[in-house]
Amino acid sequence: MTMIKETYPVKAGDMTAAGDVSARIKRQMKQLGIPASVVRRVSVGTYEAEINLVIHSEGGRIDFSISPEKITIRVVDQGPGIPDLKKAMTEGWSTATNEVRNMGFGAGMGLPNMKRNADEFTIESTVGVGTDITMSFNI
Amino acid sequence: MTICEIAGILDAKWLCCEEEADRTVLYAFASDMMSDVLAHVGEDTMLLTGLINSQSVRTAEMLDVPCLVFVRGKLPHKDAVQRAEQIGLPVLLTSCSMFEACGRLYAAGMTACSLSGYEGEADDDDD
Repeated sequence: MTMIKETYPVKAGDMTAAGDVSARIKRQMKQLGIPASVVRRVSVGTYEAEINLVIHSEGGRIDFSISPEKITIRVVDQGPGIPDLKKAMTEGWSTATNEVRNMGFGAGMGLPNMKRNADEFTIESTVGVGTDITMSFNI
Repeated sequence: MTICEIAGILDAKWLCCEEEADRTVLYAFASDMMSDVLAHVGEDTMLLTGLINSQSVRTAEMLDVPCLVFVRGKLPHKDAVQRAEQIGLPVLLTSCSMFEACGRLYAAGMTACSLSGYEGEADDDDD
């Protein structure tokens, strides 16, 4: 049984709005009385994903759903896709520009950090099509 | 250590949420790189940074950081302070360098946040 299911679009390149969706999801979880430790893990994972959508993708969306047992965050973008997933999952490996680094991101910790915070993490990516990430968090 | 004590140690100016001065902080982390902050900061951990855009406040928000300190006398962007006010995040500004700010806090008994939860994975079977 799913209690809540929502979809939020995320625009590419709009760094000033980066974090709006994650903040909204965090607020909803707090209102629902989800334990603070779970809220924190979901928030970090979602924020990392949202930053990635803004800096690396051509735009995408974040799906947020809650069932009594778990919270699921699905992140789908419209490209460009990741050519080497193994490298992308390695800490410290990043293709971020200097501009992005000046904004405080691009240390190559995003995907590994999402995986670390989630109880289940899957990623699929096809160059020219896009990337599809699902993170599940047990409540 | 309370935020009030931290402000005194750093000769810092309050930028917002001074009403939270009695809030207790257990640990500290310092970085200009928010990617590292997101990977390493645990609970009850204050953040010292020289990154003055709104992403420093966003990052602090996601991690429930109890206090944010901007170092090197760098005044943060207006939207960053506005956002901090909205979410009730105490923000301080010190003219100390990052090194000096950390040194003063460490000497006063502040503890570093533990990085032990992060194991990392070496890519040693490169193919």
